[in-house]
Amino acid sequence: MVISGRRAARTLREALPLLPFGVAVVVFLIIPTVTVLIGAVYVDGAFTLDRIAALFTGTALSALANSLLLSAISALVGAAAGAVLAWLIVSAASTSTLRRAVLALCSVLAQFGGVALAFAFLATVGLNGVLTLWVQQLTGWNLAGSGWLYSLGGLTLVYTYFQIPLMVIVFLPALEGLRSQWREAAVSLGASTWAYWRDVAVPLLTPAFLGSVLLLFANAFAAYATAAALVSQGSPIVPLLIRTALTSDVVLGQAGFAYALALEMIVVVAVVMAAYRLVVRRSDRWLS
Amino acid sequence: MILSTISRRARLVSRLVGVAATGALLVGAVACAPPERDSSGTETQSGVKAGEATSAADFGGMAELVAAAQAEGELNVIALPPDWANYGAIISAFSDKYGIKVNSAQPDASSQDEINAANQQKGRSSAPDVFDLGQAVALANTSLFAPYRVETFDDIPAAFKNPDGTWVNDYGGYMSIGFDSAAVPPVTGVDDLLKPEYRGSVALNGDPTQAGAAFSGVMMVALSQGGSPDDIAPGVEFFAQLNEAGNFLPVDPTPATIESGQTPVVIDWNYTNSAQTKKLPSWTVVVPPDNPVAGYYYQAINKDAPHPAAARLWQEFLYSDEGQNLFAEGGVRPVRADNMLADGTLDPAVAAALPVVDGPVTVPTPQQTEAASKYLADNWAAAVG
Repeated sequence: MVISGRRAARTLREALPLLPFGVAVVVFLIIPTVTVLIGAVYVDGAFTLDRIAALFTGTALSALANSLLLSAISALVGAAAGAVLAWLIVSAASTSTLRRAVLALCSVLAQFGGVALAFAFLATVGLNGVLTLWVQQLTGWNLAGSGWLYSLGGLTLVYTYFQIPLMVIVFLPALEGLRSQWREAAVSLGASTWAYWRDVAVPLLTPAFLGSVLLLFANAFAAYATAAALVSQGSPIVPLLIRTALTSDVVLGQAGFAYALALEMIVVVAVVMAAYRLVVRRSDRWLS
Repeated sequence: MILSTISRRARLVSRLVGVAATGALLVGAVACAPPERDSSGTETQSGVKAGEATSAADFGGMAELVAAAQAEGELNVIALPPDWANYGAIISAFSDKYGIKVNSAQPDASSQDEINAANQQKGRSSAPDVFDLGQAVALANTSLFAPYRVETFDDIPAAFKNPDGTWVNDYGGYMSIGFDSAAVPPVTGVDDLLKPEYRGSVALNGDPTQAGAAFSGVMMVALSQGGSPDDIAPGVEFFAQLNEAGNFLPVDPTPATIESGQTPVVIDWNYTNSAQTKKLPSWTVVVPPDNPVAGYYYQAINKDAPHPAAARLWQEFLYSDEGQNLFAEGGVRPVRADNMLADGTLDPAVAAALPVVDGPVTVPTPQQTEAASKYLADNWAAAVG
């Protein structure tokens, strides 16, 4: 009894520093999630699935499809480009200035989303962007076309821009975890470079790569400010549809629908993060 | 957390009750002295609370209303862009005339944002005192408004006001097409916009499922394409064609995009379009002559206004000859325009600049607006996506 009591006290003492974090999680994650859940199924105190059912109508479904497509494409392209970049960085000596500079740049750019990024693109390749005007003067070709930057295609490009550096940051540790001894062992057993990559490195890195793709997917799926600054017509993705539901002057009384949409997003991100945990657990066995 | 907030508020209330009781005792003791002017503006001389006054008479007259408003010292307005309907000049004229500080919050906010702000900041000194709302939002939220009849109330046509003054239309305008005559060929009607010369040039002021102006824009286009206030579908179909042809620009036009040439053709209210002509002389405004669509905005007082007397004085100012003339200078049609033209109180130079539209003008009813909104919510994203 005494021992278990002491153990309990110790557990408590060890958990104490986590208390502020716990409070933050409750206030900023648990309470909002529960609020969204309740708001989605309770209307004026009565349980109803009307708001959930509204998720399966044309506009909401196409917004979901667009959101998934946008997140998937930007995650895959970002992951592929980011992995190559990370591999190049790892190949450089750890003391190399270039390597440090690229890493520092990636850390900054991975967080460079939102309105600032949207503006950077508008000012460069927007209808009156510097590059657009310059190319038009030189070749007469209108780079901005009929405003592709302001639609889903533009969003995919801009999202990919912040996905690549994020990929570098999350994928670099996995690449660094590849021990040179493994390569040496493979080579001494007669493996070619190609065989080493095919049979050793790629199988080892696949879980980490897939995990990173999922993380990037969730990152793009939840992004709002970049899209809000770029797109003003049609609310093509779920976060923008939530904005419409909350602030529309025309279609009123949609705040409840916003709860249902938010719940839909929570479910998607929860599924993705659960998959991420599964995948990462596999790769952690090797690369730690 | 919620519980502790409630109990704190309850404590505060009980303390206030205590203070009030003490105050009542004191008043009883000095009952012979003249009643003090209430500096918090909660009660007028005639004993009606400022927040419940339904006319200047309830304050004892205009002079007393002015004094009560000046005692409050501030007015909170929201969603009034300075270049919209001349609000910049109206705010400074009001502020200079009465010495009341006007706090203008979120000038670019939407009508629904105004209502959200009133609900979220209820009971706080930063809550909006007055609203200027689009039709749909105004009629859906009349329970938030305090009825008030300005001194010129009888001069306002009956169709443009609630009989109790719960809301009163303040100004209106026509849907128009603005274009930069230096950049694109002249637009004479809606059908022109499909021509290849307008590739990548036609913008609509906002998303019609969100912004009232854009909604009216689609309505105007619908009427020109054989639709009616009951049938907005041809308008959506037209924008789908416009998008298909590569002429539709999915950009929210602002004075900056117009001045820089990003949005050479803009469908918007005639008064916001005309305001651009001052900065860009080649900016021309056309109200499509065959199917004009008009829209009026709704003015109302927040029933929980933190500055109830100032809010009422603001209404008096807006509907006075001075306020209506200021509106007219912004290119909008003030609600008293007809009567003021008749008795010559509307500045003739300003009146001449207002657009003239012959023939019937369409103003969709609330029911028609609701049905059309529903259609837009289901079909707009697909049409321009």
